[in-house]
Amino acid sequence: MNRPPIVIIGYGNPSRGDDAVGPLLIEELEQEERAIHSPSDYELITDFQLQIEHVTDLEERNLLLFIDASLSAKPPFEFSRLTPEQDHSYTSHSLTPATLLSIFETVFKQPSAPAYLLKIPGYQFDLGMPLSQKSSHHLKQAKHFIYTLIKDPRQEAWEHQL
Amino acid sequence: MIEQRPVTIEQLETAAQPEKLRRIAIEPLTRVEGHGKVTLLLDDENRIQQARLHIVEFRGFEKFIQGRPYWELPVLVQRLCGICPVSHHLAAGKAIDQLVGVEQLTPTAEKVRRLMHYGQMLQSHALHFFHLSSPDLLFGFDSEISQRNIVGLINAHPDLAKQGVLLRKFGQEVIRVTAGKRIHGTCAIPGGVNKALDSSERDYLQQDIHQIITWGQGALELARKLFMEALETNQQFARIDTHMMSLCQDDGALELYHGGLRVTASDGSRMMDKIDYREYDQHIREEVKSWSYMKFPYLQHLGPEKGSYRVGPLARINNCDTIDTPLAEAGRIEFRSLNNQGLVQSTLAYHWARMIELLHCAEKIEQLLDDPDLLGTDLKLSGEMRQRGIGVIEAPRGTLIHDYEIDDDGLVSRANLIVSTTHNNRAMNESVRTVAADLFNGQEITEGMLNHIEVAIRAYDPCLSCATHALGKMPLVIELQQPDGQIVDRLIKDTQGELKR
Repeated sequence: MNRPPIVIIGYGNPSRGDDAVGPLLIEELEQEERAIHSPSDYELITDFQLQIEHVTDLEERNLLLFIDASLSAKPPFEFSRLTPEQDHSYTSHSLTPATLLSIFETVFKQPSAPAYLLKIPGYQFDLGMPLSQKSSHHLKQAKHFIYTLIKDPRQEAWEHQL
Repeated sequence: MIEQRPVTIEQLETAAQPEKLRRIAIEPLTRVEGHGKVTLLLDDENRIQQARLHIVEFRGFEKFIQGRPYWELPVLVQRLCGICPVSHHLAAGKAIDQLVGVEQLTPTAEKVRRLMHYGQMLQSHALHFFHLSSPDLLFGFDSEISQRNIVGLINAHPDLAKQGVLLRKFGQEVIRVTAGKRIHGTCAIPGGVNKALDSSERDYLQQDIHQIITWGQGALELARKLFMEALETNQQFARIDTHMMSLCQDDGALELYHGGLRVTASDGSRMMDKIDYREYDQHIREEVKSWSYMKFPYLQHLGPEKGSYRVGPLARINNCDTIDTPLAEAGRIEFRSLNNQGLVQSTLAYHWARMIELLHCAEKIEQLLDDPDLLGTDLKLSGEMRQRGIGVIEAPRGTLIHDYEIDDDGLVSRANLIVSTTHNNRAMNESVRTVAADLFNGQEITEGMLNHIEVAIRAYDPCLSCATHALGKMPLVIELQQPDGQIVDRLIKDTQGELKR
């Protein structure tokens, strides 16, 4: 298996207001990356939610980045280091990134690559709602930040951004 | 120890004087998707007087769909639910086939759709059994909460947990190949499919299918063994006797994608058979209750009190006369031997039936991958436009109905969806009441007792999904209130899964 060293996973429901911010950010990166960056540097993945099979997307990577909407994050976004951890989400059809890392480590019996979470504030989540103006604004700033990360794909550089 | 119940199960839907009772709310339910909660009303001696499973979020499916062009429906409805987008995609696909006047798809189109459907069933059933329910089954309902989860499962049964992950992954790969994309792809289009498989895609799936079948056999054997090890307890836990409804082939064989509606009465006699599912609204009605957003469907000719039924794996395996794949058929025969004269009514037998279906789906995928039609080029048909289209499939959790009417511009003017979990609403409530009546009989309330309630609901694998998951949601909170609303006890399961008072 020869995989891009970075995986970026943005998740949420595109038709539930600001829950779409992760998938929309991935969509914009997909459209722009072909022209700007080498596609082999990173892999972009989107889904409704994280599930146990996503552990297979974390294999053979150097850096992991998760993007999600958040009810509590401070604008325009929060960037944090993830630690493998079993939390309440193990009981659900959707997992948190920390629990996904924990499952990765127990299934594959190896530590996961350094993992980071980009939380973008969301305000409305009803079915059929569009992305709010505020989240749309945060998305643009978050995208610029991701390009900063991608330009220097070393753990030390990402740690410096915390 | 089960002692004499204070009241009948039916009486527990509504207490006589609820204002004088203490209230316990279990909210949100764990390992159940969406926004549901259970409320239990207890008298001063901790005896149950009322038990209800509430659905506390209104989803507004119909409003979301109305006014949209019909050709967008298969993609649009995937976003109704992040848990089973493929099931909604295919049910809508079947409905719009009728809107464009196509009764029968080309062999390639139908087989590509079936392949996608079997992949979805396989991955959904694998998640539920390996991830959500097997910790309860393997460690017991009263085991330590720290063990009763996927990480506990991985520690105790590492190979089993990895199989669950890889079964799930295989099912997702089947979906990706048929839809062209891992997510938000398009398989069904009006009158056909967007693409067939090419030989490299077929070969890619074929290289793993034998392993998948072997793991499916192992999962079925484990589910059977777990049920039989505590046969008497498992047969009685949350047991209710109901009618059962599912699609079946005309010859009575198990059918997941297409077929006629069959209803078997709770005593095992055939009540309805070979009903064209487009006539569903002549047979099924929905009752509204003030305390839940989810409706309560029932068989029209029996009325709301006697006409409720169950759907999903338990109903399908009970309802069919045979299964057209050999390994699953052997599993069905053994399953039905639990009660050859009537139906297997044990709620926990859902898990066993689910694994028979998982193995069946793996066998069907193997058959389809050997079928040259899967690589065909005849993808789409067209016909004369119609105003109404109804699509029904057997989704992982049961019968899924999509019913649309369009105007002259092709925009949806009316939509009616009956999702699988809704069919089981009354049954889930009755199972909750059965467990509550057995447990809350004057003993001190424990976390284990509350987990029994959840185990009963989880057997149905309900999907109450809103598919939002933004970080920051509350974990499980259980409150015990005095009749005047004063909170006298509160149990919190924090983000670590630890319980605190």
